[in-house]
Amino acid sequence: MVEKGTYRVKSGLAEMLKGGVIMDVTTAEQARIAEAAGAVAVMALERVPADIRAQGGVARMADPTKVREIMDAVSIPVMAKARIGHFVEAQVLEALEVDYIDESEVLTPADPHFHINKWAFAVPFVCGARDLGEACRRIAEGAAMIRTKGEPGTGNVIEAVRHMRLMNEQIRAVLAAPDEELMTIGKNLGAPHSMLLAIREIGRLPVVNFAAGGIATPADAAMMMQLGCDGIFVGSGVFKSADPARRARAIVEATTHYDDAKIVAEVSKGLGEAMHGIEIETIPEHEMMQTRGK
Amino acid sequence: MTVGVLGLQGAVREHVKSLGRLGIAVRVVKSSADLDGLSALILPGGESTAISLLGENGVFERLRRLASDGVPMFGTCAGMILLARDVEGREAAHIGAIDIGVARNASGRQVHSFETTLSIDGVGEDVPAVFIRAPYITRIGDGVRILARHDGVPVMALAGRILVASFHPELTDDLRVHRYFVETVSGLRREGDRG
Repeated sequence: MVEKGTYRVKSGLAEMLKGGVIMDVTTAEQARIAEAAGAVAVMALERVPADIRAQGGVARMADPTKVREIMDAVSIPVMAKARIGHFVEAQVLEALEVDYIDESEVLTPADPHFHINKWAFAVPFVCGARDLGEACRRIAEGAAMIRTKGEPGTGNVIEAVRHMRLMNEQIRAVLAAPDEELMTIGKNLGAPHSMLLAIREIGRLPVVNFAAGGIATPADAAMMMQLGCDGIFVGSGVFKSADPARRARAIVEATTHYDDAKIVAEVSKGLGEAMHGIEIETIPEHEMMQTRGK
Repeated sequence: MTVGVLGLQGAVREHVKSLGRLGIAVRVVKSSADLDGLSALILPGGESTAISLLGENGVFERLRRLASDGVPMFGTCAGMILLARDVEGREAAHIGAIDIGVARNASGRQVHSFETTLSIDGVGEDVPAVFIRAPYITRIGDGVRILARHDGVPVMALAGRILVASFHPELTDDLRVHRYFVETVSGLRREGDRG
């Protein structure tokens, strides 16, 4: 008997991406640069988050022509973004046979209340989260991979650090709590009780958790890895920098050798200018992406 | 007695866990110095393009020598691609320790990834196998024995002390494939079975 689209097959691909870097690309040429630099997957987009932020307007799923072009250019897995709650964009991306769908706050949300029922798909989903409750709700909806939200398109790692530290702290609390406190912890987090039981059984989040949202340097990537994430998404950080190919390669090396400061130092040399970046406090509340979809 | 797991990228912790359940001491390998004194080595699944770039820091060079010195190796999925002599679309092998040809992503894109059970020669029946964007074996050289097929296509092979599989036994709780590698292929004795 052959079974496709099982949860083990979906989360299994994310397991294979661990310790690797997933890069945002907008053209076939960029996808080839990312692959040659050692990316484990690429995220096919029309605009990187920094440009979405700068240009405003409604950000939607990429044109299928663009997605196909990128799929044809590389042999590594190709991910693509659907709007939060936009299950038809997800159906389209599944029909195109992308390897992973990111139900992403970087795009303009399509549903004010609900996320996509990800159990209805054979293609796996990754979703962003700012804390353990959000991560658990997405997993319970069928997500097979989680990433921090951070604050996309800023080149500023502070929000990714905030989200990773908070998730770690909340997981530690779940692991340490006596049985009678677990239901109330779940209620306060907004996390399904069954998810907390799963976390206690294996001692960590039941799916892979990557860092995303503001990573721009090899040291940023290595720090997120030391904080305990399983891998790295780089959005605008590569192709908004002075020398994308070298910076991409350096971030890949730093992600693998995150606990060896000599290697991180070596690969950080002479990369040229990083993306300019944005101070979080200067972003108006309504332009924050991380608060979309909770 | 320590078995290494190549830890540059991919499903490293799953192999570490499977070996640990067999009571085997494990070391994660990231540099060529980490290879000192290992009794055997597992090359995990991941992205072969990424692992091969990261491995050209001296690790692969040493692995080629260790393989010809007879150190047992087991490559799963991307690990199989790294160990194969011919990789479709590439001029040179990565490590090239087993005389087979492989085609990357032969099982198709992720929506075609699947799980099934296999009958594996020397291992047993109904062995659970998870195939993720899996490579297939397209050519079998002299002295290479096919251990399992899926739909007629070879998905597991052995030559000397080099074992390869298209699929991921490390994503299941079944320890038979790891036990086969450690005991039968590598001839190592477990220090105590906690499995």
